[in-house]
Amino acid sequence: MTIIHVNKENFEKEVLHSDKPVLIDFWAPWCGPCKMMGPVFEELSNEITDLKFVKINTQDEQELAAQFQIQGIPTMSLIKGNREVDRFSGFAPKPMLKQKIEAMMKNM
Amino acid sequence: MEEKIYDTIIVGTGPAGYTAAIYTRRYNMSTLVLGEEFGGQMNIDYDVENYPGFKRIKGIELMQKIHDHALSLGAEIEADIITEIKKDKIFTITGMTGKEYKAKTLILALGTKRRKLGIPGEEKFAGRGVSYCATCDSNFFKDKTVAVIGGGDSAFASAFILLKHAKKVYIIHRRDEFRAKPGIVNDMKLNTKVEFVMNANVKEILGENNVTKIITDSKDMSEIKLDGVFIDVGVIPNTELAKKVGVELDEENYIKVTPKQETNVSGIYAVGDVTNGSSGVKQMIVAAAEGAIAATSAFSQTRVCKNELKDGDCND
Repeated sequence: MTIIHVNKENFEKEVLHSDKPVLIDFWAPWCGPCKMMGPVFEELSNEITDLKFVKINTQDEQELAAQFQIQGIPTMSLIKGNREVDRFSGFAPKPMLKQKIEAMMKNM
Repeated sequence: MEEKIYDTIIVGTGPAGYTAAIYTRRYNMSTLVLGEEFGGQMNIDYDVENYPGFKRIKGIELMQKIHDHALSLGAEIEADIITEIKKDKIFTITGMTGKEYKAKTLILALGTKRRKLGIPGEEKFAGRGVSYCATCDSNFFKDKTVAVIGGGDSAFASAFILLKHAKKVYIIHRRDEFRAKPGIVNDMKLNTKVEFVMNANVKEILGENNVTKIITDSKDMSEIKLDGVFIDVGVIPNTELAKKVGVELDEENYIKVTPKQETNVSGIYAVGDVTNGSSGVKQMIVAAAEGAIAATSAFSQTRVCKNELKDGDCND
């Protein structure tokens, strides 16, 4: 699945008004662990089809990062409707990342 | 379908693991590299300036080249987290994905992981003020007050990065002197934004949604108000699984190896930062060299093994 890059302009449409719950990957180009997770995030977007996978570049989108009170990346945040269901931070290899996402989905 | 038995399985995807794979493939051994996190320690955004042939290269870029090299020679690579190693006539590895992998020999390139403090609040505030990566997160602490915990070169490198953004940086260390190189320590002493807190152990990290303060056992500075805590207290070897299968460790929990990279368990070799080998020099080129040696040792072993397998026996 193509991963949508969310910015201030499309945030409302892609996240708040999404028909599916949204998983946001907060990242930045200078962050090594984020770069490692990038391909894994993409692979998982094909495996977990109940969610819409999007990315927010915290360097370009500082307002959105501040709005979400991001203080560490990578951070994965699960949004349903207007509400953040749960989030977690730090690198996780693929099997663990999948487990963590599925655990968050149980709280939706 | 009969399950595949590899000549060797290499556990770990840093420089040691991939170099071992390059050599085992050159020996025409069937090779599987299993790992959770491509690049090991090298995935952090460091510049490497001491690997022959590359005057300066991003660690991650050099790792990608070594990975591609191993792949081009026919090494198979699988992303999994190892949960168990069993030793019978052959080795069976179980992964978190539920898959089982079998091999005649194992090369453990398990590496090290960042040491955690193990104090209340550390886990709770991960990503909410607690960080292990100044490069990743310093940007979120513009004009804020932060602390770096640790006294080594890596802690000072973190403090240096943080000073670009933060208005104040505490350096909190449990001893009365630093292990870090004197040059960088002196630079920090001269910086008016830096304050040292010596002989102090952090006991607790507190806050509501995000970190607001820490508690230490220092008499003068028992409570420090701040917004971020960067933890840089060294590394520990990933040896839990090796220990369970009977691999002998030294007093600091590194795997004991011979000059041939053998462990005390026949058929298991260990390479890279996880071992006590090569006089304890933890460098990329040393890890790579150990990989080459282990591959050569494993090659000799599988030749012996091939003959013995006729009797149904191998690693005894």
